[in-house]
Amino acid sequence: MRDPKKPFIPERDLDKSPVLECVELGIDFGGLTAVDDFNITIAPTEICGLIGPNGAGKTTIFNLLTKVYQPSRGSMYLEGKDTKNMNTIGVNKAGIARTFQNIRLFNRMTVLENVLVGLHNEMDYKLFGTIFRLPSYWRAERIARERALEYLSIFDMQDMADYKAGSLPYGSQRRLEIVRALATNPAILLLDEPAAGMNSSETEELMENIRKIRDMFNIAIFLIEHDMKLVMGICEGVAVLNYGKLIAKGTPEDIQNDPQVIEAYLGTGGGERENA
Amino acid sequence: MKQFSLRMPVRYLINACLIIAFLIIGNIITQGELLSRAQNNIIIQVGFFIILAVSLNLSAGYLGQLPLGHAGFMAVGAYTGAIFWRMGVLPDGASVVVGLILAGLAAAVFGIIIGIPALRLKGDYLAIITLGFGEMIRVLINNLPSITGGAQGLAQIPRHSTFLVVYICMVVCCLVIHFIMKSRHGRAILSIRDNEIATESCGVNTTYYKVMAFVVSAFFAGIAGALYAGFLGILVPSDFDFMMSINILMIVVLGGMGSMLGSIVGAIVLTSMPLLMVDLARYRMIVYALLLIIVMIFKPSGLMGTYDFSLSAIIEKIGRRFSSGKVEKEKAQKGGDGNA
Ligand SMILES: Nc1ncnc2c1ncn2[C@@H]1O[C@H](COP(=O)(O)OP(=O)(O)OP(=O)(O)O)[C@@H](O)[C@H]1O
Ligand SMILES: [Mg+2]
Repeated sequence: MRDPKKPFIPERDLDKSPVLECVELGIDFGGLTAVDDFNITIAPTEICGLIGPNGAGKTTIFNLLTKVYQPSRGSMYLEGKDTKNMNTIGVNKAGIARTFQNIRLFNRMTVLENVLVGLHNEMDYKLFGTIFRLPSYWRAERIARERALEYLSIFDMQDMADYKAGSLPYGSQRRLEIVRALATNPAILLLDEPAAGMNSSETEELMENIRKIRDMFNIAIFLIEHDMKLVMGICEGVAVLNYGKLIAKGTPEDIQNDPQVIEAYLGTGGGERENA
Repeated sequence: MKQFSLRMPVRYLINACLIIAFLIIGNIITQGELLSRAQNNIIIQVGFFIILAVSLNLSAGYLGQLPLGHAGFMAVGAYTGAIFWRMGVLPDGASVVVGLILAGLAAAVFGIIIGIPALRLKGDYLAIITLGFGEMIRVLINNLPSITGGAQGLAQIPRHSTFLVVYICMVVCCLVIHFIMKSRHGRAILSIRDNEIATESCGVNTTYYKVMAFVVSAFFAGIAGALYAGFLGILVPSDFDFMMSINILMIVVLGGMGSMLGSIVGAIVLTSMPLLMVDLARYRMIVYALLLIIVMIFKPSGLMGTYDFSLSAIIEKIGRRFSSGKVEKEKAQKGGDGNA
């Protein structure tokens, strides 16, 4: 039997040090313990899933990893670095990027500009260069635009570059969020319900693309998803959360046969509900 | 098929020509006997209200904060400029330039002092803090009579605010803010307005950019203040009361939050209206309020919405229509040949 504290690590990453490591991470909101004793290790090119019934605390974990909330307990390491004193901006620079369950695009900016915000730290010109339109400005802007279009081409979205992000259809908005996150050049990408609101052919395509992204950029992907076909289809490791606690970890096969998981899903009737 | 678009140098050239043309026309009009003194004064006042509105639009429209103390920064700049000019330590030309820069810098320093604590927090703390700041500055000026002339006011300020000076400041203000908005700095400012958490998740230092926008906004308010001093020749603290801040905010809201063109149009309309219709001046506040209500009912996003004027874009549009027309004709001809 697999030790529940030890995650699943794919063969190819066995000799590498983990990209993300959480040790006994926990957070309380007032009296409510939303997440407790959360341990996970994610290998550099692993696709890892996080599942659990509604309100289990999955999004809260993403918020902890990106320091939207500061954890009450425990520690978290990004590529070996302790993130104790980092804020949201710091952990992004240290290699973590995310999408949001309730999409958070820059709606009044164009698709291209959304990606360019992701590329913000790749550009190095200063305010002085901006105001006097120095060559450093033109060079950085030109390169960034080309890069942004390349990123958009992952999802075949180059033609939408000049549309306002808020005017895109729902599925494209989700894809744009992924592109924007990728543009920040992360080592690990967090996707919060990337397939929410997509039909089955779109989901199929998304699965392909998630794999493609992992192979293209050689990064780890940690995703929350209610769509079991997606999770079981592409994840190499799966963690199951219930009432803020990890109840199982392992390969998709292990998870599907785990009595505790079946109990959590059937017992509470969760997993079928649609999310806002 | 390549889309018709103007190259950057061409765009800049067109805009530069326009700016210079306006400058020459304006100079001829204001220097000759064409206009009455009152009408000349309107033109100059419109000039510095454009600076005030465009600079406030940076922090209110683009950044999405609600600063209520723009008149405070204006006051800091006005008194700094006025005191420096009254000292007369430099020859006239240099004095104007140095005085304006000092005025801007002084206001910017206050911008930093207020901006950093207020903008580090998420939420609308800025409104209340800038409101307090505006009042505080006025009290301070009132209570420092040895430097500022106190409630009696500061008189005999050299009249440096000619059309030329105001116009150049206005162009510089609009250009600098326009250039900032079309850069990574400007995109950071806009993205904060749209979604602060997502902006942070992209690794953008939001506090830095909030303070940057706020300070640049204060800088130009300071310059506008100095122009105001050099225009009137006399300053009293009550010029810079809360109503002044509200007037500027009204211009921005009326023109459309986040539209530079809107701020400019708003400044022209709201500044010249009461001056042109002297009879109406007594009812100014009523007219303002009515105007605001009407605009909010029929066009809640302001006169211009978020539309920004771009001459090059219009030329490109015409160019595209023209060239696509040509292409279609060619296609039609080819099609005809094929059929024949
Ligand atoms: N800021 C907060 N303050 C108080 N309680 C919170 C806060 N954020 C989350 N919670 C609580 O923590 C619990 C976990 O919420 P979370 O959003 O992480 O669930 P989830 O697993 O993502 O669910 P879903 O599948 O519906 O997205 C919920 O009971 C929620 O009410
Ligand atoms: Mg959630």
